[in-house]
Amino acid sequence: MSILHTVNKSPFEKMSLDSCIDHVKGESAVLLYEDGVYAALKGTGAAEKLASVMETTKVYMLGPDVKARGLAADKLLEGVEVVDYAGFVDLAAEYDKVLAWV
Amino acid sequence: MSEDIKKFMYVNRRAPYGTIYAWEALEVVLIGAAFDQDVSLAFLDDGVFQLMKGEDTGDVEMKNFSPTYSALGDYDVTKLYVEKESLEERGLTVEDLMPLKYEDEDDDWAEKDSIRLVSRKEMAELMDEQDVLFSF
Amino acid sequence: MKFAIQVNEGPYQHEASDSAYQFTKAALEKGHEIFRVFFYHDGVNNGTRLTTPPQDDRNVVQRWSELAEQHGLDLVVCVAAAQRRGIVDEGEMQRNGKDANNIAPGFRISGLGQLIEAAVQSERLVVFGD
Repeated sequence: MSILHTVNKSPFEKMSLDSCIDHVKGESAVLLYEDGVYAALKGTGAAEKLASVMETTKVYMLGPDVKARGLAADKLLEGVEVVDYAGFVDLAAEYDKVLAWV
Repeated sequence: MSEDIKKFMYVNRRAPYGTIYAWEALEVVLIGAAFDQDVSLAFLDDGVFQLMKGEDTGDVEMKNFSPTYSALGDYDVTKLYVEKESLEERGLTVEDLMPLKYEDEDDDWAEKDSIRLVSRKEMAELMDEQDVLFSF
Repeated sequence: MKFAIQVNEGPYQHEASDSAYQFTKAALEKGHEIFRVFFYHDGVNNGTRLTTPPQDDRNVVQRWSELAEQHGLDLVVCVAAAQRRGIVDEGEMQRNGKDANNIAPGFRISGLGQLIEAAVQSERLVVFGD
């Protein structure tokens, strides 16, 4: 079975992303939203961690939260797919269940 | 067992008392026990602090809800998965936790440990097997 | 698909209620069913009609009420969490001898069993929190 893991915390403040990544299995996916989107900032330890799971696991980020925080595309890790709220809904439906790392 | 039975896991990642999440999560577990689902609790990250022995909230004047964990067995909530790495990272072992027990009706009411120590990898697999994951 | 939504935080302090609202709205627009939105922990504070945000900001509570009216959403506030935090409807007001109630239109106060039932009945539970 597969899980959509959602992370809404900045990796610079909380360890939710670390904890999430330590429990992700290949067929699952990670969605960064709210302050979780800061994890996609290029050149950071968080982005490195994301890149390491991206070989086996899809990583998404919520566009409206990225935009609200002024994060330009050139500052963000390549390969993280941007979705809108409708895309969030699609992901929640596509994977067997959702685990919120609140 | 009906086909409607789902595997429910309550995911506990927060310490008690500093916020109310742990206590209100436990309230959900108690109510949920009446619904005959296949229930388990996961304790990882700061969630492992919920099960510490010797909690005494007298001086902070908050409700000490730790005895409630001992009652879970009576509600047929008998699977409390505690993540080994989370304990170790916090300098703890299972000996620091309350000795939670239940009586196994399928084994002549033998007293058994409710706490099941699992590795991070096993925890990930357990999460994967669930139908519903509650977070608080 | 049938979704259950759990909201663990109140309005304004956290983005959780905003995210939950946008998710719910998007799901409805895509033709999914929202079986129930369950407000727990400080999330019960989404259910007070006494909120008065500045006019140039979104009205989180009213937005939920309007969505409920448009789509017949079931917005349930947990009674135990609500009693602790002073979210009161007519029945709770009388039961607990209070002099007022504050529940917003479209919300109702009920027990935790409603969360469990929502998780049993729905194909997905999506949790929004801190």
